[in-house]
Amino acid sequence: MTEWPLLSLLVWLPIAGAVALVALGERQPALVRPLALMSTLLALVLSLVLWAGFDAGTAAMQFEERVVWIAAFDVHYHLGIDGLSLPLILLTALIGVLVVIGGWTISDRPHLYLAAFLVLQGLMTGMFAALDALLFYVFFEAMLVPMFLIIGIWGGPNRIYATIKFFLFTFFGSVFMLIALIWMYLQGSSFAILDLHQLPLALPAQIWIFLAFLIAFAVKVPMWPVHTWLPDAHVEAPTGGSVVLAAIMLKIGGYGLVRLALPIVPDAAAALDWLVIGLSLVAIAYIGFVALAQSDMKKLIAYSSISHMGFVTLGLFLAFAILRNTGEVTGAGLGISGAMVQMISHGFISGAMFLAVGVLYDRVHSREIADYGGVANTMPWFAVFAVLFFMANSGLPGTSGFVGEFMVILAAFHANPWFAFVAGTTLLLGAAYSLWLVKRVFYGEVANSAVAGLKDLTRREWIMMVSLALMVLAVGVWPWPLIHMMEASIQNLVEHIVTSKLPG
Amino acid sequence: MNIETIILLVPLLPLLGCLVAGLFGRQVGRAGAHWVTILAVAGAFLLSAYVAWEVFFNELPVLNYSVYTWAVSDGIRFEIGFLIDSLTALMMVVVTFVSLMVHVYTIGYMHDDDGYQRFFAYINLFTFAMLMLVMANNFLQLFFGWEAVGVVSYLLIGFWFKKDSAVKANLKAFLVNRVGDFGFLLGIAAVLFYMGSLDYAEVFAATPAVEGQTMRVLGQIEWQVMTFICICLFIGAMGKSAQVPLHAWLPDSMEGPTPISALIHAATMVTAGIFMVARLSPMFETSVTALSFILVIGAITALFMGLVGIVQNDIKRVVAYSTLSQLGYMTVALGVSAYSAAIFHLMTHAFFKALLFLAAGSVIIALHHKQDMRQMGGLARYMPVTAATAWIGSLALIGFPFFSGFYSKDLIIEAVKLAERPGVAFATFAVYAGVVITALYSFRMLYLAFHGPTRMDEETRAHAHESPLVVTLPLVLLAIPSVLIGYLTVQPLLFGGALADAISVREGHDVVAQLADKVSSPLMFGLKGFLTPVFWLAMLGVGLASWIYLLRPGLADSIKARAGLVWTVLDRKYGFDELYQRVVAGGALKLAGGLSRGGDRFLIDGLLVNGSARLVGRLATAARRIQSGFLFHYAFAMIIGLVAVLASFMLLR
Repeated sequence: MTEWPLLSLLVWLPIAGAVALVALGERQPALVRPLALMSTLLALVLSLVLWAGFDAGTAAMQFEERVVWIAAFDVHYHLGIDGLSLPLILLTALIGVLVVIGGWTISDRPHLYLAAFLVLQGLMTGMFAALDALLFYVFFEAMLVPMFLIIGIWGGPNRIYATIKFFLFTFFGSVFMLIALIWMYLQGSSFAILDLHQLPLALPAQIWIFLAFLIAFAVKVPMWPVHTWLPDAHVEAPTGGSVVLAAIMLKIGGYGLVRLALPIVPDAAAALDWLVIGLSLVAIAYIGFVALAQSDMKKLIAYSSISHMGFVTLGLFLAFAILRNTGEVTGAGLGISGAMVQMISHGFISGAMFLAVGVLYDRVHSREIADYGGVANTMPWFAVFAVLFFMANSGLPGTSGFVGEFMVILAAFHANPWFAFVAGTTLLLGAAYSLWLVKRVFYGEVANSAVAGLKDLTRREWIMMVSLALMVLAVGVWPWPLIHMMEASIQNLVEHIVTSKLPG
Repeated sequence: MNIETIILLVPLLPLLGCLVAGLFGRQVGRAGAHWVTILAVAGAFLLSAYVAWEVFFNELPVLNYSVYTWAVSDGIRFEIGFLIDSLTALMMVVVTFVSLMVHVYTIGYMHDDDGYQRFFAYINLFTFAMLMLVMANNFLQLFFGWEAVGVVSYLLIGFWFKKDSAVKANLKAFLVNRVGDFGFLLGIAAVLFYMGSLDYAEVFAATPAVEGQTMRVLGQIEWQVMTFICICLFIGAMGKSAQVPLHAWLPDSMEGPTPISALIHAATMVTAGIFMVARLSPMFETSVTALSFILVIGAITALFMGLVGIVQNDIKRVVAYSTLSQLGYMTVALGVSAYSAAIFHLMTHAFFKALLFLAAGSVIIALHHKQDMRQMGGLARYMPVTAATAWIGSLALIGFPFFSGFYSKDLIIEAVKLAERPGVAFATFAVYAGVVITALYSFRMLYLAFHGPTRMDEETRAHAHESPLVVTLPLVLLAIPSVLIGYLTVQPLLFGGALADAISVREGHDVVAQLADKVSSPLMFGLKGFLTPVFWLAMLGVGLASWIYLLRPGLADSIKARAGLVWTVLDRKYGFDELYQRVVAGGALKLAGGLSRGGDRFLIDGLLVNGSARLVGRLATAARRIQSGFLFHYAFAMIIGLVAVLASFMLLR
């Protein structure tokens, strides 16, 4: 339908922008920021063109591009999207713009800082669009590098510990995935993800492959108990790093499960769904409590992220339990839809909350809740946005935070009322840690001279807050466009995963 | 304009008003903000009145339609839509009328406040949310309105966010409500699972098929599905309508400005739970177990919360406990399937309780934000309009014949007497005892505030005077329905079938219908009201209050001294606050700290993550030692290895 290789442009345009930044940066410092902004804005426009041309009526891959890459192993540079990848690509493009705006005031080698983000954006988009497993793996691993640099160079005092932990955790997980992919190549002599979806596999093999995928993606999500790298990474990361980490990189785990694990080894997923559901429920309830105990704002939001991502993994794996409980698949699609919406919504909300912490950190240079109090007195508009985002985080209807959780809880009841019960505790825990933070930071008398001297949002900060607020409200008031975009692909996925792939 | 447009404008006008006053408060100024919001609510009220006129007098058929599709997933349609029938129309009028009065009153009450525009934006937003709640035709929108009114309540309780007590109270209110919402959400999830839809009409249609089905929640006990659903939904109502034990947030909500205590915490939001049960009467009728549960909870609230009202000294808290007790009466009515009586009491209560709160607020303005009744007394001389309207509100509250509250409360008591289901005996006792208690605390408040010798200090007394017209006008306008609305509407609403299209009661449950003969004419019923035991119980309460607080000052203190334990229990409000503060909140924080330190930092990070890193480090150190560089060490190791392998082969074979 289009001659333009839109997906390739979305992947390589930011990376080209990054190359230009590195080349120009030293000589033309005044051009650095406008150039970075232009690249991300252009990518955003291209992603909207992509959306406009997208046919939501089919589950087939669209905008496909296929070129031989390594002929000897039948590896292709193969891109294409369906309803599961498009929303994440749109999210990546939007967050990309905001991160550049957010990083406007970075003074330490801004050209390298922004270049790292542009590279990261290209690689993440590539991963969401990859239809070749090896290409997927390359993007999946490569994106560690810019993030490693962002935290390691522009991070806080304890950044070395955080980066090494971050790197080892995620790298450890993905090695298993590579082995699984190579093993499957030896079975089916193809790296094409859609071929792997059709590859018949015996149950023991499926179990091993599933576990390999689960380790790789559980670390990214992150699922309990492999989550402890996240709070450390967030605390040390600069604001932009935290935003990308929370808003997009965490979604890679969920996307990996939905693109690879579920459709390639559905029988193993059905056999081991209790494991994922159990870990998800632990994440929602246990991590909710842990978040309550945090005194550092970024850590609190990090734990809140883990708890919210529990809804993603829960929603994705409800299908099998629903089928066992009711003998039908009604509700399975609802769960997966809810999981996907939760990913997008969490992208907006966690991004917004980390930006909000950044707004305070830029002024006071502290992330400790105890160093604040009464911020609403001196920054009333900022308080309005912050209350909105933290309310959204606690799942308020009318905001995007409600939609995914609501759908997953409704679906969970189809599987087992107790799943819904445990998941529902987020209503209490989420509100408790979110609003308690609001109370301690924003309400009350002006706590100290630092708070007394605060100035309300700058124009640049306004732009970021308003755009995210609009997204949060838009998805909350009318999630139809988002859900409609994914519906055909999700129905197709449900049909696929409840069909056994065991040979014979 | 067609009727759909008019209906749509009702919630949209306040939403627009909120956006203008909230986002452009500085640009439109104080007067601009109150004009915009008041005109928005006045418009909503007039349009609601028109809709109600069409519904009640022109026999507009029930309208049930979708405004837009929120989402479609897995074949399940989530809609935003309206259901306009008699119940909705009644609620729309009550909500917008009280809201309008409160808006006007606010001009006077918040006159000197820096957050003037913000306040008007909030109460407009509240009106929007409450309208969305009562106009919903499905559970999704009901839940949206449900939580949205909760959020505005949170924002308004914490309106004076510098005050520590206010921001404690609003967090408490939100969290306690969330406990209720947790049950509510599970109920909604069960509705979707068993009925396959969230649309009221479709759910009601599917209810007979679900009735009789059982489920296992825990162990081998079989639950009726309908009982499970109804109790879950009612837990939501317990939070919002402040029923024991989820009531503790309501008295603390008095930290908010008085206009919102009248609007949100007396007339509208707290009655959402009552409204919800009445709206879902076709579901609740299927489970007598759930109704009995509702009955007992309501009776406990009506009796025990009224008792606490007697010992309060803060004028607003007396009214707050009175509200709890009256909500208990409404819940009792729901519990005996007298849904129309509950809605009737909801309406009369909305008028006279809003009136009482606004009168209390008028006193508070006059005394420069002093709320302690021990420093009042004799105010009737300084503020005659406020005193007269407070008297009217109180007479309505205690159920004095011909006042609006008389009709609604008497009918609830009569309905309870006729009902047959577990819990009725206790409920009968509670509603009778409640009559004495209501009269006692109401007249105690009247006497302490408006009569007897004044206990104000000199400066306060010098400044005490009647409130301005923007304050007294709403008082008068609310006093009129507080007197008349019961007399005028008791016949059509309860016996004329005006609510029949919205409320369904099963054969054999319909206690209200059995009362029809008793209330053949409101006039006769009122006259007979003077001869009933209920009237004399109320007079007993009034007499006690007059004797203790008017005729024999000083008696109160000696009673307090003698009734030490009882007084302490009441003064501590049965210890609910301590329980929640220390055990629930404290326990949760302890658990959180323990999990964070013990689970995350010690177990996972300390032992597993950093532990394995250390282990690798040690292994590497050990391995380095083995690599000594001496050939005979390696040779020796190889020989040992070879021997071990050979030995294992031989042993295993």
